[in-house]
Amino acid sequence: MKRKLLLSLAALVVVAGAAALGVVGWMALQPGPYAFAGGSTVPLTAYQGPSPTGAPAEFAGVDAAKGAAYITAMADCQACHTAPGGKPFAGGRAFVLPFGTIYTPNLTADPETGIGNWTDAQFLDAVHRGIAPDGSHYYPAFPYPSYTMLSDEDVLAIKAHLFSLPPVKQANKPNTFGFPYNQRWLMAIWSALFNPNERFRPAPEKSPEWNRGAYLVEAAGHCGECHTPRNLMQALDQRRKFGGATGEGWNAYNISTDKVSGVGDWRPDELAAYLSTGHARGRGVASGPMGEAVELSLSQLTGADIGAIVTYLRSVPPVKGDLPAPAGPAPATPQIAAIDNPVGKRIVEGNCASCHAWTGAGAAREEAQLTGVRAVNDPSGANVALMILHGSGAATARRPYMPGFGKVYSNDEIAAVTNYVTARFGAQPSRLMAADIARLRDAN
Amino acid sequence: MGTISVNGETYEVVAASDTPLLWVLRDELGLTGTKFGCGIAQCGVCTVHVDGVAVRSCQMLVGMVGQRAITTIEGVGDTPVGARVQKAWLDLEVVQCGYCQPGQIMAATALLAANPDPDDGAIDAAMAGNLCRCGTYVRIREGIKHAARP
Amino acid sequence: MLHDREEQRGGTLSRRSVLRGGAAVLGGLVLGIALPAKRARAGEPQAAGAALNAFVHIPAQGPVSLVMPAVEMGQGVYTSQAMCLAEELDIGLDQIEAIHAPPDREHYGHPTFYVQATGGSTTTMAWSEPLRKAGATARAMLVSAAAAEWSVPASELVTERGVITHPGSGRRLRYGDVADRAGQFPPPTDVPLKSPDQFRLIGTRARRIDTPAKVVGKTVYGIDVIRPGMKFAALMAAPVLGGKVEHVDEAPALAMPGVRQVVVLEDIVAVVGDNTWIAEQGLRALDIMWSPGPNAALDQAQLWADTEKASTGPGVAVRKEGDAPGKLGTGVLFDATYELPFLAHTSMETQNCTVHVHDGGCEIWVGTQVPGYAQAGAAQVLGVSPDKVTVYNHLIGGGFGGRLEAAPIVTATRIAQKVSGPVKVIWSREQDIRQDMFRPLYHNRLKARVESGRIIAWQHRVTGPSILARWLPPAFKDGVDSDAIDGAAEPPYALGEMLVEYIRHENAVPFSFWRGVGPNSTVFSVESFLDLIAGKTGADPVAFRCLMLEKTPRARAVLDAAAAKAGWGKPLDPSPFGARRGRGVALMHAFGSHLACVADVAVTDGGDVRVTKVVVAADVGRVINPDTVVAQIQGGVVFGVATVLHNRITFAGGRVEQTNFNDYRLLRINEMPTIEVDLLSSSEKSGGIGEPGTVIVQPAVANAVFAATGVQLTRMPLDASLIARTV
Ligand code: FES
Ligand code: FES
Repeated sequence: MKRKLLLSLAALVVVAGAAALGVVGWMALQPGPYAFAGGSTVPLTAYQGPSPTGAPAEFAGVDAAKGAAYITAMADCQACHTAPGGKPFAGGRAFVLPFGTIYTPNLTADPETGIGNWTDAQFLDAVHRGIAPDGSHYYPAFPYPSYTMLSDEDVLAIKAHLFSLPPVKQANKPNTFGFPYNQRWLMAIWSALFNPNERFRPAPEKSPEWNRGAYLVEAAGHCGECHTPRNLMQALDQRRKFGGATGEGWNAYNISTDKVSGVGDWRPDELAAYLSTGHARGRGVASGPMGEAVELSLSQLTGADIGAIVTYLRSVPPVKGDLPAPAGPAPATPQIAAIDNPVGKRIVEGNCASCHAWTGAGAAREEAQLTGVRAVNDPSGANVALMILHGSGAATARRPYMPGFGKVYSNDEIAAVTNYVTARFGAQPSRLMAADIARLRDAN
Repeated sequence: MGTISVNGETYEVVAASDTPLLWVLRDELGLTGTKFGCGIAQCGVCTVHVDGVAVRSCQMLVGMVGQRAITTIEGVGDTPVGARVQKAWLDLEVVQCGYCQPGQIMAATALLAANPDPDDGAIDAAMAGNLCRCGTYVRIREGIKHAARP
Repeated sequence: MLHDREEQRGGTLSRRSVLRGGAAVLGGLVLGIALPAKRARAGEPQAAGAALNAFVHIPAQGPVSLVMPAVEMGQGVYTSQAMCLAEELDIGLDQIEAIHAPPDREHYGHPTFYVQATGGSTTTMAWSEPLRKAGATARAMLVSAAAAEWSVPASELVTERGVITHPGSGRRLRYGDVADRAGQFPPPTDVPLKSPDQFRLIGTRARRIDTPAKVVGKTVYGIDVIRPGMKFAALMAAPVLGGKVEHVDEAPALAMPGVRQVVVLEDIVAVVGDNTWIAEQGLRALDIMWSPGPNAALDQAQLWADTEKASTGPGVAVRKEGDAPGKLGTGVLFDATYELPFLAHTSMETQNCTVHVHDGGCEIWVGTQVPGYAQAGAAQVLGVSPDKVTVYNHLIGGGFGGRLEAAPIVTATRIAQKVSGPVKVIWSREQDIRQDMFRPLYHNRLKARVESGRIIAWQHRVTGPSILARWLPPAFKDGVDSDAIDGAAEPPYALGEMLVEYIRHENAVPFSFWRGVGPNSTVFSVESFLDLIAGKTGADPVAFRCLMLEKTPRARAVLDAAAAKAGWGKPLDPSPFGARRGRGVALMHAFGSHLACVADVAVTDGGDVRVTKVVVAADVGRVINPDTVVAQIQGGVVFGVATVLHNRITFAGGRVEQTNFNDYRLLRINEMPTIEVDLLSSSEKSGGIGEPGTVIVQPAVANAVFAATGVQLTRMPLDASLIARTV
């Protein structure tokens, strides 16, 4: 009897193990980031078309330093490796993850606290394989599974650019991960499973523009790191590519071609405007991490590169989401919409209506339009609340910005105003409570 | 940059088209009745009318005005509603330092032009964007009601 | 009316220029009230009409010019000063023109401060008598001139609305007709003033003289000054308090069309351009390296802790009766501390100043509460004597103490020194807050002993910096700042054996006066502490106070009036603004006035507080213009409610954390309580009213929150998390 039980238990373990393996395998053996396009791919060296890598000719051809700066902007290293108010690339920015807080390291050429002593090979190992000079593995908060697609030349151009900047002496802050997440060796296994360590492979059947876009989006821009949901093993789930995910409390929305939840009904010029300026009329303003991506990276790119990104994005298959289609304009007078939320109304009329107008169409600036904007039509209310808390930056010069209200408005008030805004200007009201706002404050 | 129409007069504007209307009015046209208070649409002292609608001139770029009619505190008394509001402000001694009052009067006039007999909720909705550090709110509310039913 | 636009804009109108220098250069006689008279200098050209003294100038034609020693910031003093002059001069307020006094301490120096300043809610207290005397003296001279002209006894003449009549013969003369001649008469020294029953203006609800121009946008504040050829400057100070400029690459700003110049001072960077906006854009384009200086580690928690620590050190006794410390060792004892944060002034008109440096001196166009300090400050920058600096004062878009310092004028002069031609320097709201001189941190430590329901021993230690030691050194006597302890030393209550002490403690944060000044901290603390004791002893807060007011009937009267009007003791109705309701009371005697306040609040489960109703009863002594008094109380209440609910300036890494109205939160019209004001009639000496409303509402609201939640506010402002209901 006892033996039988033991046997069946053993069998169970075997089955469970096999199942786990299967699941992990299913996760690991998922399609590559641009496999949806079908057709064949070739190594970069074998590709006949114009090179999809590097800086555009107008930069690279003129001045190697400019080209290197451009490639660094393409890869948007600065946003993560700069602390708020700190020196660019000196690191120290905190990322609050479920398992602890991670601080980005100093990327300046300071030999003591930065990467001033690194060899080219060490830098390549770090960016392509997530392996530090001491052999330890980085956490995939560092997007090396995307960067692994960057060409060697581009990675070394980034290094050259970093080394051309004034070194900053600023010691790295230790991460606060607890067991088992502080076991870095586990990352070696993770890497083996989820980082293919393979450079970008162009698709000859696709247009040169598409290939350039794929390189910018997948390798340099690492868009999927935010916009693609992750599986249980924290790897990008390419089967739901660009279906939307969350990070730092923000919803990184569905940017697949789904017409309701994604950007399938955005015109190419709208996409281009949004990416290059942080705003497209009636679509909203890039805020939070996306605002930074525009400010530090996308707004620096040439029109042709933005066009390539748009071309590529529009080829990504739709992933259905559960976000509603945006609602139409709101009535002009506040009384008409009988929303039982006096606190929300009070704050909207005091602090918001001057810019956004009671119709939500924007009073003076088109950036202030609320209707039609994804965040406002997101019943989670997270991005609206975060914008109210922290403001929404001018992603590029001379654009208006919204100040943050988190310092003197209470959690109850921020929740109320978010709920009012989504109810009045969106498709479905959010139902945030003070505790939700407290969580968002912590996440950010 | 082109011309704009303020209080019925046409003005040639030299400033760049992305200059906020506020600074064109104040610094270029010398119409200093419109005030600066925050620059971020939180105080309302810069309120003017664009085609009769109250707008924060610190947010409106002069290049976006086009041929729409701008009315400022210097001209709003020429409209019957504006004159009524100004008179109510005098009758009830609304004003203290007065710095916010051009904006208050512009907002109140736009409200009354659209809604001749506003209740407290409508007054809140129209006026809550206008700060007054001197704290004249009690009288602003009374002033609007007085102007609505003189 | 106020004088017209061209004139205020620094045009060359004769009247203002003749009045420069305190009318001393004018033909006819000048007279300094309460100060020695000045004689006209011989041989100076005679202007038509005459300055009969430093405050009254009667032209041959047109309105009478009255010079206003105290500046108008909204508090209504232009009207009340004019009423005092016009009352005795027998002219109507519609027949006058108000003119800003130029810097001239001899004539316009504050009768009690000596320096030429407007503040401390003192204008009516200090100026009503001298101005009435100036009006009466001028009238007597005019009457003498007419009497001489008609060869009749002066006693037979009557005056009304600027006309002198001889009823016996029916002859009439306008003041303007005899002004020149009147100027030749020696000013009488002992003119009688009217008795109150003869008043035609004082005590009436006079229309404010500054309002008509304000409602049509014609009033020219300092920020509205336009000078020919003027440029515009935006400026920035180091983000870390006291930091210095290390390096600026001027090129990005200079590359912008419309930017003219970058001015780099030791601690300030300014960009000069064709309009304010382009100057501001130029400033933003600069990548300025600042060295942080000694305050990089300045941190709010440390600032609180340092003040707390100082409050335990030795203090200077301000009032000592009996042996309070001896009595506070045993018995039923209470103690508490109350702390008040840094506050910014945030008047709606941001700091600004237009300066034209030329010909070995400068001209300054500004609205200031201290024209003399402004003049001296600019002169020092330029290394010239003060007479080389001309200050054109303007109406102010909200003072609240923020215009009692010359610092912004000094900064503007330093910038203007590097600019050719006139330049208008405007502080953005962010810079206005960052560069403010704040209401300082205050700490109050109170102890009391109670026997049979009464306080029999009391100790109050006030810890804070001394503003007066810097601002008016002679007023800082024996180690005591009389402002910081105002309201603590002389509370309206009989508190038994008493010890009130002051501890001067200063930190690196610049500080200055702020609406309500010292009593903001002392009255808040005393009134909160009384409610704490009442709460713990089960006494009714009003009844408890009444026990201690036997000797102060005026205080008792306002308390009774406020309690009655507010329905003290009756239950509060449910409110849509919050389930928890509370009513609080407070009483004060400061600025020569007595006020009591009852506030009702509603508190949500989350700890948000809405003040629903405020009742104030006030006895401010003799009232010049009752409507202005009511307006000042209403406005003061709004100011105080924002203060107790929301306001604080905090420091992190040496930086001010607040930036603009998004994080320095003022009350809006849709957050207003109803406000009821009961003005008790009184024939006592006039007290001040610009500040008491702000002072009194703060403890009343705090006590109401205490009643609603059981939690006392011991560090301002209210913190929702401390009064959130834990369900
Ligand atoms: S200056 Fe425009 S709203 Fe404050
Ligand atoms: S009257 Fe002074 S700010 Fe409103």
